Amino acid sequence: MPRIDRIAEPWGTRTPYGPGETWPVRVDTHLADGVGADDVDRWVQSATILHSNGDGLDIAVKDGRIVGVRGRADDRVNHGRLGPKDLFGWQANNSPDRLTRPLVRRNGELVETDWDTAMDAVAGRCRELLDEQGPSAISFYTTGQLFLEEYYTLGLIAHGGIGTNHVDGNTRLCTATAAAALKETFASDGQPGSYTDIDHADVIALYGHNMAETQTVLWTRILDRLAGPNPPAIVCVDPRETPVARAATVHLAPRPGTNVMLMNALLHEVIGNGWVDRRYVEAHTVGFKELEKRVRDYPPEVAAEVCDVPVERIREAARLIGTAERLLSTVLQGFYQSHQATAAAVQVNNINVVRGMLGRPGCGILQMNGQPTAQNTRECGADGDLPGFRNWSNDSHVQDLARVWNVDPMDIPHYSPPTHAMQMFRYAEEGSIRFMWVTATNPAVSMPELRRIREILAQERLFLVVQDIFLSETAQLADVVLPAATWGEKTGTFTNVDRTVHLSEKAVEPPGEARPDLDILVDFASRLGLRDKDGAPLVKWTDPEAAFEGWKECSRGRPCDYTGLSYDKLRERNGIQWPCTDEHPDGTEHIYVDGQFWAAPDYCESYGRDLVTGAPLEPAEYKALNPTGRAVLKAAEYLPPHEIPGQDFPFQLITGRTLYHFHTRTKTARAPQLQAAAPEVWVEMSPSDAADRGWGEGDLLEVATPRGRVTARLRVSGIRPGVLFLPFHYGYWDEPGGQRPDGASGRAANELTLTDWDPASKQPVFKTAAAQVTRLEVSTGAPAPAPTTTGSRPVDDAVPPTRGGADAQVDEAVATGGAR
Amino acid sequence: MKLGLAIEELHRSENHLARVLMEVSDRHKVDHEVFYVARDIAGWSQRHVAELARVGQDYGMDLDPEPVGEPGLLARLQRTTSDLLGRRPDPGLLLLADLRHVHREAAGVSLDWELLAQAAQGARQRELLALAERLHPDTLRQMRWANAKLKESATQALVS
Repeated sequence: MPRIDRIAEPWGTRTPYGPGETWPVRVDTHLADGVGADDVDRWVQSATILHSNGDGLDIAVKDGRIVGVRGRADDRVNHGRLGPKDLFGWQANNSPDRLTRPLVRRNGELVETDWDTAMDAVAGRCRELLDEQGPSAISFYTTGQLFLEEYYTLGLIAHGGIGTNHVDGNTRLCTATAAAALKETFASDGQPGSYTDIDHADVIALYGHNMAETQTVLWTRILDRLAGPNPPAIVCVDPRETPVARAATVHLAPRPGTNVMLMNALLHEVIGNGWVDRRYVEAHTVGFKELEKRVRDYPPEVAAEVCDVPVERIREAARLIGTAERLLSTVLQGFYQSHQATAAAVQVNNINVVRGMLGRPGCGILQMNGQPTAQNTRECGADGDLPGFRNWSNDSHVQDLARVWNVDPMDIPHYSPPTHAMQMFRYAEEGSIRFMWVTATNPAVSMPELRRIREILAQERLFLVVQDIFLSETAQLADVVLPAATWGEKTGTFTNVDRTVHLSEKAVEPPGEARPDLDILVDFASRLGLRDKDGAPLVKWTDPEAAFEGWKECSRGRPCDYTGLSYDKLRERNGIQWPCTDEHPDGTEHIYVDGQFWAAPDYCESYGRDLVTGAPLEPAEYKALNPTGRAVLKAAEYLPPHEIPGQDFPFQLITGRTLYHFHTRTKTARAPQLQAAAPEVWVEMSPSDAADRGWGEGDLLEVATPRGRVTARLRVSGIRPGVLFLPFHYGYWDEPGGQRPDGASGRAANELTLTDWDPASKQPVFKTAAAQVTRLEVSTGAPAPAPTTTGSRPVDDAVPPTRGGADAQVDEAVATGGAR
Repeated sequence: MKLGLAIEELHRSENHLARVLMEVSDRHKVDHEVFYVARDIAGWSQRHVAELARVGQDYGMDLDPEPVGEPGLLARLQRTTSDLLGRRPDPGLLLLADLRHVHREAAGVSLDWELLAQAAQGARQRELLALAERLHPDTLRQMRWANAKLKESATQALVS
């Protein structure tokens, strides 16, 4: 079996295929040193947990420990392949510094305790505040990394039991705009695309989406199309020279913060040249006239000036998009975490809608997620929305949910939009939120303007509960720390970007006294004595399968209908796309077939918002706008970014991620191969900016904004001039500071970011901060500690390439004779 | 014909609304969304001021196309105060009062646009009518923002 260094070759061996063909199988396996496939006691079915792709895999177990992973050949998502984070990241489960006992703060120090003491402290403080102030004191900040069953239970406890509106997930930082953009155009969340669209598309446009690093296996699918006959054309919008940009037919590298300007210019060309499916637009949409009128003000010449992109390249991109026969559009953080996030992402939807490119093979939109289970945070109501894509401003939806939960509709807060994460931190700052329970995320590194976030979290008057698997930066600030089980140590389901549901089974016992998140939540509800309106326990389950059955009922008849799924069915065939019902027992590959949407006023999840002010539309306004439930073409004006470079802060700073790390590195830094590939923060600058200053690869720089300073070595890369890039993964848990910079200058990119968010999706802006940069030290010859295989590829050929060596060898079994 | 007077009045009320929005923005610097959105939509009123000054010339009015400037020192003071009060709950109530004020001012501007549109229609002034039809929706969006933000902020401010 061929072995290959998958740190050096993140996407592995090519298996070329042509349009309409089935993507060939290639099974990737990595086992611990010295363990062979025959030594494995059990293979346990699961899916990948360190990105949003949802690749099916089996966990290898030997002597009660996880010893490796193998991709599942029969999985619709990955056809056997795994990415580097999946191949090596499982080792973090076995890390010796896992949390194994609850901790409570005594005299300023976190000390070990038993579960009873810890949970009594949590439930006790919650009850005290409920009696004293009411639900407005209580908040929950969760993640995109738990399982469906856990989110649904959390949403039930918070919304149905405690009655607080303060529930959100870190999905606010990653996919809130994906959901918001879908709600604007289709009046409901739910992914219009399917990964199989890659097999059919003739043009694939990636907007602010470095798929090569964020969803490596999905990119592998594209690479295999590019290596086969009749490959698709690729359009890439990204200010960095990412692997996607290098593979692109047309690469547009706009000035950060100008996405709406660029999108309007593309739409100007598409509409102006008549590349519009008039029949589709007339039959299935509202708002075309307004869009047509709006984009008239955005000719490519204007966009070329504002975005600083060659005008002929805008025209060329528009021609590819406008004349595509099967167009797949994908969007991620370059749009979601930038200025005017929702407005820009909605214009991508508009392109597919006006071209009638939806609901059939090769024609789709993937408003991507960043985290593995972000979709479930959204579906189950753990991001503040009501579960099952119910509409908080539709009273009959609230009544229906109250029926499912057997509570009074008045007990479910729906008087205003859910409190988003940034606002929760604001309420904690002013002192009206006094209890915050953080599950499986690390705001002390991931949120913008970290000095402020640390100050908020460290307040005496805020009771902070952190449920995690390691003592993260945030956990170090907690009053109570609850040790949780993670992937492979508990059972549950999760759903990827293209609506594919996987069951992930428990393979091994959690370490020490660590408990599954579901157990902890159920315990909390019971200690708090939460009841339904007949006095029975509010949470009617104690194990994941029963929670899943509860969720199925809640989802019945809603867009994300799970009623045709069961644990048994997923054990037989893992990876089924919702909606899955008795009528569609095998799931649904494409939604929105023949222009049928979930947008009818009495059914839709959302009436939409004003894209500039964020004001929600009133029910009557929506009914007048869209009485029959068509797709809404929403136009948007361009607004300049809120923080623009000037004399003191001449650069635009963008933050982002690298292929080898996930989120704040809590797992990936504990996988030696991944950590070695990207061991330390770096800063990217263009060759011309570096040359102007006489700086070179590896020089030590200090990047500063009005909010903080970060020290990092310089990688001279293919980024556009005037822009600096910092990866956001690096915090302080493996540094002397523990949870904060040791000194004035830190290494977390979010020391520098500004507190500002998109008013429609409430997603923070991480990609337009004005920054200055100075040189602290000339390099003594060592390059920046940045990967060479990715978007941080150096322009200097002398930098040694990133290699994984002997420890990073992975078996790749390519199916023979399968492809064509 | 008193069209010139109607334009002048609107020019004044838009100028005033822009200033109110900028002041509210400054007073709530620590409520970041209020700070930024109020500035963004103050820009609409400032743009209206310029457009009204331009069209006013056709009706013999000499109006300043430059919106009334930001009161520099006062703005800085208000932002500093906002920072200092950031850890106290009272600004929540102040925000409600301010949003109510914005809504009322914007409603006044909206009525002024109605008046101008009616007059333009009666006098068959096509360009003026088109201007009102193009710009009045911005005012309605400003009103809806104040209304929505008020609804969203009320519960926490009043029930905590």
